Amino acid sequence: MPSTTTELMDVTPMIAARKLYKRFGRAEVLKGVSLTIDKGEVIAVIGPSGSGKSTFLRCLNHLEVIDAGEIVIEGDTLVDTDASGCCRYAPEPELRRICRKMGMVFQQFNLFPHLTVLQNITEAPITVKGLSREAVIPQAEELLRKVGLLEKRDAYPARLSGGQKQRVAIARALAMEPDIMLFDEPTSALDPELTGEVLRSMRQLADERMTMLVVTHEMAFARDVSTRVVFMDEGEILEARAAREMFASPAHPRTRAFLEHML
Amino acid sequence: MTIQTRIGRRLVGVARHDGMTYFLEILQPLLEGTGVTLHVFLLTLALSVPFGLGLALLRLSPWRLVGRVVNGYIWLMRGTPLMLQMLFIYFALPFVPVIGVRLPDFPAAIVAFVLNYAAYFAEIFRAGIQSIERGQYEAAKVLGLSYGQTMRRVVLPQVVKRILPPMSNETITLVKDTSLIYVLAMNDLLRAARGLVQRDFTTMPFVVAAAFYLLMTLVLTWGFQYLEKRHAVYDD
Repeated sequence: MPSTTTELMDVTPMIAARKLYKRFGRAEVLKGVSLTIDKGEVIAVIGPSGSGKSTFLRCLNHLEVIDAGEIVIEGDTLVDTDASGCCRYAPEPELRRICRKMGMVFQQFNLFPHLTVLQNITEAPITVKGLSREAVIPQAEELLRKVGLLEKRDAYPARLSGGQKQRVAIARALAMEPDIMLFDEPTSALDPELTGEVLRSMRQLADERMTMLVVTHEMAFARDVSTRVVFMDEGEILEARAAREMFASPAHPRTRAFLEHML
Repeated sequence: MTIQTRIGRRLVGVARHDGMTYFLEILQPLLEGTGVTLHVFLLTLALSVPFGLGLALLRLSPWRLVGRVVNGYIWLMRGTPLMLQMLFIYFALPFVPVIGVRLPDFPAAIVAFVLNYAAYFAEIFRAGIQSIERGQYEAAKVLGLSYGQTMRRVVLPQVVKRILPPMSNETITLVKDTSLIYVLAMNDLLRAARGLVQRDFTTMPFVVAAAFYLLMTLVLTWGFQYLEKRHAVYDD
């Protein structure tokens, strides 16, 4: 039966989000968002600011708590809603185990300023996985080589440019060997001339078939790298289609208006 | 000591009050006083820093009632004189029902100092912890760190750097506040000096005591400067 098992695992979506609702006070930021992401997909989430893109992303790894809906990560239920409309999260250890399958890169980098570049990368493998320093350093150096920053291994984050910081942040997330990478506007805080190096690292990751969900304003990246583009507006997904189709002939008038404005 | 020898010693003291002999003579009691001062200082510091950190973490905990109780405690401890607290613990606590115990003078002083200073340290820690950006907690969380790991490995190391200047202030104040224990008739540096001044009619012991205090605060200042320098390897 092993072949059946493998097949079954292959069709299990990496992320299945169903009817997510989220409000901040009076403002309803997610109004029933559903999205299923398969292994190896690179999804670009685009849309005007305030459309709920980042909130959606942050709900997936429990940085925000949803009000209703269901999130299943690789077949494990992170949260579901019972018949009475009550939202139930997995118990704490299970919750952390599920969330650890997702790495995340933030708009503001959020590197640990008191640790060197190398320590930023080795911190979680040592503290969370309990690996020895000697075991994780070669892996961390390999990741640094991959993002082209090996020579900065002993520098502190404050000494790096924005683009370098973001590449370290990518390496730091990858060090935990996640199955899914979430990017929350990874280039929005960068000077325009520095976005290229970050996007190159992300493109490299996509080429390695990493499952990625990228909230971005980089239309070129959405068009060229992503397999699917999701357009969000006012807390709803209006369209989710293959990148080429989406840019060639957007179906929804609001998508069209947005793309015309951006391109 | 007989009255004759006391008068004799006093005359010697007066006759040579600017001399080396007198200095060496008062050195012994002043050093003993310094020992008491340092004892109170170090014990208070060692106990009130962890206690203050615990208070700060409780104050920031999601349980609102706990936070309020800690707030009330801090208000009480900062809102009444340390000397009053010390007198209360020494003289009044034995008569308080249930928790009432009679403490000897030294433990009573330590308890009062620790309870009082922990309140001040708690506020320094709270401000430091709250100054750490939310992004740091989020980065730690998505990497899988637990709350305890986030505090130990990410937040508190950064807090230490930010609170060094106010901690240095508070610690130096503590050195001098130890002189309050004279109300429990303990012979700290200042009380020893005052005793000598009253015995020998010379202000030299005060000058020596001042020099001792300055020496202690100088060591502390250097210590904190060293720590600040060590933490200056990175910028926020």
